[in-house]
Amino acid sequence: MKRRSFIQKTATASSLIGLGGLSLSSFASLNSKKITILHTNDVHSHIDPFGPNDARNPNKGGIARRAKLIEGFRKENPNTLLLDAGDIFQGTPYFNYYGGELEFKLMSMLKYDAATIGNHDFDNGIDGLYAQLPNANFEFISANYDFKNTVMDRHVKPYKIFNKAGIKIGVFGLGITLEGLVDKSLYKETVYLNPVEIAQDMSRILKEEKKCDLVICLSHLGYNYRNNPEKASDLNLAKATMNIDLIIGGHTHTFLPKPTVAQNVNGDNVLVNQVGAYGLYLGKIDFYFDSDNTKSANGTTIIV
Amino acid sequence: MSFKHLFFVFVFLLTFNCKQNKEVHLNKIEGKRISIDETLEGDKAIEEFITPFRDHINKDLDSVIAYSVGDYSPRTDKLETAIGNFLADIAHEQSNPVYKQRTGNDIDIAILNHGGIRAGISKGALTARSAYQIMPFENSMIVVKLKGEQIKEMIDYLSKAKRANPFSRLSLKLNSDNTVKEALLNGKPIDYNKTYNVASIDYLYNGGSGMHFLKKGDDYIALDYKLRNVIIDYFKKVDTIRLKTDNRFIKLED
Repeated sequence: MKRRSFIQKTATASSLIGLGGLSLSSFASLNSKKITILHTNDVHSHIDPFGPNDARNPNKGGIARRAKLIEGFRKENPNTLLLDAGDIFQGTPYFNYYGGELEFKLMSMLKYDAATIGNHDFDNGIDGLYAQLPNANFEFISANYDFKNTVMDRHVKPYKIFNKAGIKIGVFGLGITLEGLVDKSLYKETVYLNPVEIAQDMSRILKEEKKCDLVICLSHLGYNYRNNPEKASDLNLAKATMNIDLIIGGHTHTFLPKPTVAQNVNGDNVLVNQVGAYGLYLGKIDFYFDSDNTKSANGTTIIV
Repeated sequence: MSFKHLFFVFVFLLTFNCKQNKEVHLNKIEGKRISIDETLEGDKAIEEFITPFRDHINKDLDSVIAYSVGDYSPRTDKLETAIGNFLADIAHEQSNPVYKQRTGNDIDIAILNHGGIRAGISKGALTARSAYQIMPFENSMIVVKLKGEQIKEMIDYLSKAKRANPFSRLSLKLNSDNTVKEALLNGKPIDYNKTYNVASIDYLYNGGSGMHFLKKGDDYIALDYKLRNVIIDYFKKVDTIRLKTDNRFIKLED
């Protein structure tokens, strides 16, 4: 135990050394920029915290607490994006009674920047999802669902580029195959396209054409499938693509204690993260950019 | 030990391709998760926004809509339970008018799965919340036409499952070796040359619990009627419920 705390302290100390002993905000105003990515997934209409008598998650979660936490992080760093990886709907009577109205209104109050679409977001049909769009002041992004022949046409973008303190952040969305998972009568004419091929395309467009400094994939594919290793998943996606810096996942309700560092097709590192489900955790990834290229040795330090 | 700990704070160094942007360089990435628990204060404005919605739901969910004269648990070592019989019977009773209106026909059999009954019915006041506890899933009623051959498969499935899978209007007597001694529909022998209208839930139709015979049926109709709403509607319709087993599914002793 002593060994562990020693190493943890060392890590903290070294990161402080890296910051030159300055506070984060003053550091950012000099020649370094910090982008904070906050993320959730599979919240499944869990608006209230679990009750004190809940068998698995007593007193955990709750969107009011999440709101306060996020507000604090935004104060610390205004260059923050808040993202959700889908399955916003279904899981508590809030959804059954209000059809997702409350979920979208609250996410708007928390100033979510973008969300991708999970399979359960079709639970009231594609018309049910469409009906709630006026309550969402954030973008829905999905690059591999073709909504052309549905009511969602033109309401979902493949990607969105955010500009924070001069840093271009490209975020694209990916959804899971709907056949066998969602009734056809619910997703109607939504067409599922191969997520790996789409991701290869998207990352090229965002990095090379749009010159993004950061490329983030917001995925509802699932972390990985042990019994079906060929199935499209975040780990497979990381391996098969390039130019993606971070994959934020969902669907499998995987509680990762810390982000996974995977290697892409070029052997470069890709972070893959997922924070389980039900709003029990918030994921936080900080990207530090240095504008003075000569100082840094062309390396990126990853601390997880 | 030290290896594991080293991994915990392992610092990855890598070379990033900087060709795209000469202005900025990604220096460092730091990732972690933050637990949302009772140590965190809640945002007041968010709390105030949620309150009226929560109050409305709680009032609605906790309004008494029926009374139960007894405790009925789905737990059993037998092949039928009072609550299972009840759910299959009301699934039939509530779905039949919907199906009849759409097709002009009646539902012959309703079948559910034992594992889907997630809670029992307790003696006393029943509320919509009780229905949510019994059936937390969003399963909806469906009807398919099954040929005699598939009805045989269904009976075979039921006889081998060794579970109290609930059904309505059917009665099954098994021999001690689980072979079928007698299968009756509405008290009469089943005509395997006929086609029967079988009601179930979409989850089972799509292969849940291994009830693959349902998917082989024809003229699939989704009734757009959730099983939970079947329960709530029935509770509202009646004053008191009194459930019983009636030996519709039994195994004979040697």
